Amino acid sequence: MTDRTYPDAVADDFPAPPSSFTDREGRTIEIRPYEGTDEEDEALVEMYDSFDPADRAQGIPPSGESRIREWLDAILGDDCYNVIAWCDDEVAGHATLVPDEDAYELAIFVHQTYQRAGIGTYLIRGLLGHGQAVGVGKVWLTVERWNRAAVSLYKKIGFETSNAESFELEMGLRLTDDAE
Amino acid sequence: MKVLCGIGGSDDSFRALDRTVDRAAIAGDDLTVVVVDNEDADPTVEEVVTRVENAVSEAGVDAEVRRVEGDPGSRLVELAETEGFDEIVLGGGHTSPMGKITLGSIAEFVLLNAKTSVTLVR
Repeated sequence: MTDRTYPDAVADDFPAPPSSFTDREGRTIEIRPYEGTDEEDEALVEMYDSFDPADRAQGIPPSGESRIREWLDAILGDDCYNVIAWCDDEVAGHATLVPDEDAYELAIFVHQTYQRAGIGTYLIRGLLGHGQAVGVGKVWLTVERWNRAAVSLYKKIGFETSNAESFELEMGLRLTDDAE
Repeated sequence: MKVLCGIGGSDDSFRALDRTVDRAAIAGDDLTVVVVDNEDADPTVEEVVTRVENAVSEAGVDAEVRRVEGDPGSRLVELAETEGFDEIVLGGGHTSPMGKITLGSIAEFVLLNAKTSVTLVR
């Protein structure tokens, strides 16, 4: 679908990772871009393998280790941008930008142990800061319309609704000033 | 079972077609395949009709292939009601590069408005 719309204005500047902060539970969380090591891959598999199925959205993350690995292979590729929120050597959350035609699709996951602690806001800002640093232009996402916490987070970041006619809301953000 | 399969020409609709035709060959369903308008789909209506006719004849199924114009969702629901179908079968959605499943607009409409059971093929 190439008929997606994006805000006219370019989004604010977001901080490029690495960065670190203390979450609302007093845990030290570090946000770092994904570097492609086996250790990162295994830590991601571990997070998604224990991910609450109730937090699944539109079929992702998939269930079962082999399908999780297959899915991660696709979204951790060289043409994608990934940022991880770490609590020591455990993955608390993961956000990704996957290329799709002339834009990138965004998704963000915070493990249930680390939810409602402010990590999602830092994580998505870290991902968008990383995206700005590497020159990503347009970003879109879909979100289930009942997921008010996510919708309000995306709005606060600067995403605007581009399609409200389906089961999921579609939202867009202009991250950098690319041509057109 | 009297089955109505709606095909608009998207990839997932062809998957639904293949699966429905295969099932009809085994279960002996009374199958009608309807080619509807889908402005999001790439192939032309003629190409879709040809593909449907080939799938039906290859499976050796005695299915009726029909072309229906107008709003696809409401036409399918209307057909199912007026002609007493037991079930509507449709494609189960498009998967983005990210892996997210999004239902097509026809499936969304039919799911919410049909009185019959609806099967989405994955």
